[in-house]
Amino acid sequence: MTIQSDAAIGLRAAGALALRAGRGIRWYMRNLMGDSAYETYLAHHRRRHPDEKPMTEREFWRDRMDEQDRNPGARCC
Amino acid sequence: MSSPSSRRPANTAGGAPTVDEPELIQDPDLPPVALREEQHDKAGRWTWPKIVLWVAIALLGGIAWTMLAIVRGETVNAIWFVFAAVCTYLIGYRFYSKVIERFITRPDDRRATPAEVKQDGKDYVPTDRRVLYGHHFAAIAGAGPLVGPVLAAQMGYLPGTIWIIVGVVLAGAVQDYLVLFFSMRRGGRTIGQMARQELGKIGGTAAIIAALLIMIIIVAILALVVVNALGESPWGVFSVGMTIPIALFMGVYLRFLRPGKVTEVSIIGFVLLMAAIIGGGWVSNTEWGQALFHLDTTTIAWGIIIYGFIAAILPVWLLLAPRDYLSTFMKIGVIVMLAGAIVLVRPEISVPALTVFGENGLGPVFSGALFPFLFVTIACGALSGFHALIASGTTPKLIEKERQTRFIGYGGMLMESFVAIMALVAAISIDQGIYFAMNSPAALTGGTVEGAVAFVNSLGLTGVNLTPEMLTGTAADVGEESIVSRTGGAPTLALGLAHIMQQALGGQALMAFWYHFAIMFEALFILTAVDAGTRVARFMLQDTIGAWFPKFRDVSWRPGVWITTAIMVAGWGYILILGVTDPLGGINTFFPLFGIANQLLAAIALAVVLAIVAKRGKSYVKWLWIVALPLAFTAVITITASLYKIFSPVPQIGYWANHFKYRAAQEAGDTSLGEPATVEAVIRNTAVQGTLSIIFVVLAIVVMIMAVIVAIKALRRGGGENTEDAAVVSRRYAPAGFLPTSDERELEKQWEPIVNEELRANAHRKGH
Repeated sequence: MTIQSDAAIGLRAAGALALRAGRGIRWYMRNLMGDSAYETYLAHHRRRHPDEKPMTEREFWRDRMDEQDRNPGARCC
Repeated sequence: MSSPSSRRPANTAGGAPTVDEPELIQDPDLPPVALREEQHDKAGRWTWPKIVLWVAIALLGGIAWTMLAIVRGETVNAIWFVFAAVCTYLIGYRFYSKVIERFITRPDDRRATPAEVKQDGKDYVPTDRRVLYGHHFAAIAGAGPLVGPVLAAQMGYLPGTIWIIVGVVLAGAVQDYLVLFFSMRRGGRTIGQMARQELGKIGGTAAIIAALLIMIIIVAILALVVVNALGESPWGVFSVGMTIPIALFMGVYLRFLRPGKVTEVSIIGFVLLMAAIIGGGWVSNTEWGQALFHLDTTTIAWGIIIYGFIAAILPVWLLLAPRDYLSTFMKIGVIVMLAGAIVLVRPEISVPALTVFGENGLGPVFSGALFPFLFVTIACGALSGFHALIASGTTPKLIEKERQTRFIGYGGMLMESFVAIMALVAAISIDQGIYFAMNSPAALTGGTVEGAVAFVNSLGLTGVNLTPEMLTGTAADVGEESIVSRTGGAPTLALGLAHIMQQALGGQALMAFWYHFAIMFEALFILTAVDAGTRVARFMLQDTIGAWFPKFRDVSWRPGVWITTAIMVAGWGYILILGVTDPLGGINTFFPLFGIANQLLAAIALAVVLAIVAKRGKSYVKWLWIVALPLAFTAVITITASLYKIFSPVPQIGYWANHFKYRAAQEAGDTSLGEPATVEAVIRNTAVQGTLSIIFVVLAIVVMIMAVIVAIKALRRGGGENTEDAAVVSRRYAPAGFLPTSDERELEKQWEPIVNEELRANAHRKGH
């Protein structure tokens, strides 16, 4: 019995660890690649300009890309 | 708050008068926004476990260096390269970068960063340090650190290894860190703007012209690397060509179908990319595939020029942005994979530590002796001036806390150096005879297997015994017609990578896949750099022409965009065509220009930093050598290399010596050097190369002289004008390094309720 429950606890701990690692990787990739950019903007907008209407997700990405057209950034060799 | 130019010693909490900046009183209702001085001291205190750990790291590094530099048996295991690099980086990061932090940058976490002050949710966003590290690394690392070390391997493995590892600790990472920090203190100003501000009109203008020319030459040489990798390779042309429709598809997907789903579209793109590589193998075996995609280098060069122009005037969302996502995705993945494979496979290296070419300077891959040409051939990976453009543009606007600049700036560059070491290991893990057959220009090998075998065996290198079967067998393994004279470094690296990867995964059967996988990701980085570089250069040109014709500054005025893009593309396209058609080989004659240009940019960036540090005040004088050392070194190597290229009487080394040799032959009607057309091409190319060398070195000397004058003036006055933005009190906290210390973790906990409250408030507002 105890062995079994130990195994169960171990398994659950490993599962929790894997879940945490998975969440961590997902969080990292989303932030690194820029998936979370709109959320960041929205949070900022709500905090600083609560009375103005924020851009929609589509508008936000258009604006972001057009901004890169106006202000190109270098990529390294 | 006092004005930014006032300088008086602050009464810091710990009583150590090291920081001379306006007093900042933080909001008493918030938890501390910075650790106290004594907490920093506590974190730096030595405990037994720490001493044991660092002694162990030092010992392991010492053993690794001994194996590489002193023991040098018949073969040396690649794992020693990894240990030598990682241990040295750790020591450099833990000790040297801390010295720089303590005495040069002197960050103050009580001070808000531009990301916090100018926060707009788009350009200025306080970003998690670990995410920003990845961002910054993806922006600085490209094909450069993959190519330079491969070419430098002709001098043996040791010189390149020492320069990459020691150079990054004392020069490259120092430059990146300092430029990042000082740009951050100036609201994210670019290196050009800082040059104008710190060095005055002459120095600033010279710096900007130099940056523009350097951009052109760098784009040209990178494009040359791609062209050489794809020439006569239908598989490569097909799979790299497919990246264009894949990127277009991704762009449309993100714009119209699912905006913002970047990771999702990158995974789709990645799968398509793999399909393109596998499909390339099949296509290259069909008749129509051969007919369509078997192209010579001149055709490919024209293709890239046309592509470069169109890509640079298309909107960013359609081509550049999606390919950028793809390239970031690949970059991180490939580097993790390669590091894993090297540790797993641990190849034995039979290349000698030193070859004769370091001494006599007559190597076939590129000409010039170890000093100074090794140091300009390996630019990226040890010291890359181009990084000053990145470290002063986007990254400083995203930094959350001042103390994080050490991890991101210094630490980011260490990672790039590690990439260079892995590229070196991959290149030297292949047979030395094959290495020289691949990297010697067709002018020497005749481009044939027999010619290559005869030439390489005539070099008289010990342990080299090349047979025709080795060359044809390897070519068949990687699915190419021939591997003779595939110069430029990319094919060699691809072969090395394929060689290592197939031992880890898939075996011989997957060799061709890995080879084209490597070619593909190098091409991906380079095409992104070509596109982005053309845009940045166009932007600079628009700004410059705008001084006389203000309409050009309007970036939405299409004719202005087209004209300036065309000028820039013509600039690098011309050099690219010269390189492709160069009778002497192309890479071996043009690559030194690339390295010199990149290192001169580093010299310019370090000169600007020198002026800034000298102006900071008396207490910095004693530590000015930290900047002066890499500046003096890069000044000496680039100026010496330029002088060799301009004045050396040896035709293989001096551009003008070769120019006049061919010119004399032309006048005498002597055809022993080649056909009249060939002779003419050499005369023209050497004139272009020689002129560029002169312009580069003159501009860089002007900038350096101006910087030294400014610095000496500031030293005499005991300081100078402070050009930093006004200090604002910070209202947030985050740890400085990758892993928080115990005090940092504790402080983070104190902030948790506030951060959570903000999140909750946000979620609440979202509901409305």
